[in-house]
Amino acid sequence: MMKTVFKRTPTLKDCPTHYCPGCGHSLIHRLTAEAIDDLGLKDRCIGVASVGCSVFADDYFDFDFIQAAHGRAPAVATGLKRSKPDCIVFTHQGDGDLASIGAAEMVHSANRGELITIVFVNNAIYGMTGGQMAPTTLVGMKTTTCQLGRDPKVAGYPVRVCELLEDLKGVAYLERVAVNTPAHVAKAKKAMRKAFKAQADGLGFSLVEVLSQCPTGWGQLPKDAVSWVDDNMSTYFPLGVFKDVTADTGDK
Amino acid sequence: MCGNEALAESAILAGCDAYFGYPITPQNEIPAYMSRRMPEEGRVFVQSESELAAINMVFGASATGKRAMTSSSSPGISLMQEGISYLSGAELPAVVVNVMRGGPGLGNIAPSQSDYFQATRGGGHGDYRTIVLGPSGVQELVDCMPLAFDLADQYRMTVMVLADGILGQMMEPVVLEKKKSRELPAKDWALTGAKDREQKIVRSLWLPEGVLEKLNYKLRDKYKQVEQNEVLCEQYEIDDADVVVVAYGVAARIVRSAVSRAREEGIKAGWIRPITLWPFPTEQISKAADEFRIFLVVEMSNGQMVEDVKLAVNGKSPVLFYGRPGGGVPNVDEVLDLIKQMTLRPKM
Repeated sequence: MMKTVFKRTPTLKDCPTHYCPGCGHSLIHRLTAEAIDDLGLKDRCIGVASVGCSVFADDYFDFDFIQAAHGRAPAVATGLKRSKPDCIVFTHQGDGDLASIGAAEMVHSANRGELITIVFVNNAIYGMTGGQMAPTTLVGMKTTTCQLGRDPKVAGYPVRVCELLEDLKGVAYLERVAVNTPAHVAKAKKAMRKAFKAQADGLGFSLVEVLSQCPTGWGQLPKDAVSWVDDNMSTYFPLGVFKDVTADTGDK
Repeated sequence: MCGNEALAESAILAGCDAYFGYPITPQNEIPAYMSRRMPEEGRVFVQSESELAAINMVFGASATGKRAMTSSSSPGISLMQEGISYLSGAELPAVVVNVMRGGPGLGNIAPSQSDYFQATRGGGHGDYRTIVLGPSGVQELVDCMPLAFDLADQYRMTVMVLADGILGQMMEPVVLEKKKSRELPAKDWALTGAKDREQKIVRSLWLPEGVLEKLNYKLRDKYKQVEQNEVLCEQYEIDDADVVVVAYGVAARIVRSAVSRAREEGIKAGWIRPITLWPFPTEQISKAADEFRIFLVVEMSNGQMVEDVKLAVNGKSPVLFYGRPGGGVPNVDEVLDLIKQMTLRPKM
């Protein structure tokens, strides 16, 4: 007899995505949807799409969605959540959106302990606009706006978002994960679940940073991009839990 | 009560569910008052990290179908233009109060009317309009608030209440009462969680060819409706007037005194006071210009509304301008002297 061992999670719509081959976004959408389905939150979920590759996220999730201006997703989420405290509100934001133009909204929504979840996709580059330098672009990494490689004397060093936010008292859950190997995907799924649960339990602000591969923006084959996450990204952006208010001791 | 506090209480009476704001003079009494009163009413108050955040919090709150507002003064309103454009694109209702101060730049904290262009021309990017109300006293400021929320909900538009530092700070006796709301369309677009229904999406990005053009035509038709139905303006002794003075807001109060004194001295003067600055009372002014009269526009700026008056008059009569920019406030004698000089001119 045939046994189903893997199927689409109901909250994810049955349609192809517009993402490039080898991109981490669709995996991250799936993990988000699975966490929402596992916790039974779909009926009261409102998603906030941001500006960047994920601007069409509303095409893929089967619940209420809103598009925010570039960087403003946490402010929009604040307005949504304060007005509908029973709803589960999350934003899906890239590195340019969250850590550059939306840095103030990120820091202050975290500091207020807004009961929202941010799914932060860190692929070290602006994907949608064609591969410009992001706040998380690694030193020496070449992009269309740092063609000789990121020079910290000119552009500063890459921003570590989890490290930046971990000191803020309003933060309940903070973890950096990756989606380049099956083991990392399994860990990312757990992180996503914990982050949404922290919101549902009213514990505070939660954010999951996902190191994601962008073969198109990096000019690499998908298989090389997957290794590049381990070899270059996670050495500067260490994976792990940065804050978990449900843990007995602050582990890291 | 000062104007700022009075408008805040009026917003609460009008059913404002959520207020988001950032400190800036001369409107600080509004967030201060709201920080106390909104929680008392079990409603939402958030002091945002910036005006950018404030208007985007309004965007989020409004998307849930709640009545949301923010307030600021000129430099802060400039920062909010991004959000107002997105609200317009997504057709979400919002109320924004601008207690204007002198500009450009940080300018000063004196009353001014120099944001007329920004308010009535949209201010942000894209082909859109905001309804702009220009009250001239504290009671009218109070009466504007329920109207602003109703107009916002009816047309799914941003309504800007364009006050200034004098109105915000001035104390006048007011009657505060709960007004009956207009009959308004159901907010069937609101995001509330998709339990037992299809998902709803609020967006302002429309990439497929022709879709955005179609949306813009829809917006144009809506704005036409507003122009047909919502113009408010007050007129005084126009019929026999040789001189018609046009002014709004606090400047209109000065004009009113100057015109009354001119009448006492036997000069045939009248005034027109636009209350809605967009939609502009083009027809009323055009009608007044059908007979030859001299129009004088008085503003606390270097001349912004005067352009709308000229468009309305359309060359039928001369339009002169007197303004005091950068926080200057014209006094009654200055305006009266001008009216006198104008009537001394030989008839053309």
